[in-house]
Amino acid sequence: MLLAKIVGTVVATRKDPRLVSNKLLIARPMDPRGKPEGGYLVAVDTVDAGVGETVLIVSGSSARMASGLKDCPVDAAVVGIIDNIELSET
Amino acid sequence: MQIAKVVGDVVATRKDENLAGLKLLILQPLTPAGEAVGRTLVAVDSAGAGVGETVFFVRGKEASFPFYPVEAPVDAGIVGIVDHWDLG
Repeated sequence: MLLAKIVGTVVATRKDPRLVSNKLLIARPMDPRGKPEGGYLVAVDTVDAGVGETVLIVSGSSARMASGLKDCPVDAAVVGIIDNIELSET
Repeated sequence: MQIAKVVGDVVATRKDENLAGLKLLILQPLTPAGEAVGRTLVAVDSAGAGVGETVFFVRGKEASFPFYPVEAPVDAGIVGIVDHWDLG
């Protein structure tokens, strides 16, 4: 899974029927120290996350196992809101 | 599967119901020589691993198989703790 910061939302009126009533968020993956890495991605929200929050994103076919996303055409889902990150190294 | 070092952990109170009770650890993948390579990632633990240990992990939907029949939404999971490894 990826750590990411939510930086925005996406609105799409015309979309796959199985995506109706799902909130779409723009996320920027980051390393455990908070440094952004890689490109932005759009993820379906399943935990009521909002802009500015640090979240846990599951990607690939596993995203469909998130709550309410069974058989939905998604490859990234927000499945947790991060409270704390602890690193052992420097 | 890949070898990695557990370098930290993550706490999330609000999360998918099927993630409840699962331990989330931060992994740094390693080369066979033991050097860090690539980006860190978050993986669920199904082997009882802890910070500082060397482990191997699976990526993809297979990471949820240890929790079957619960369909945990995970794409990386620790499935073993490495005691040592040898290169020929």
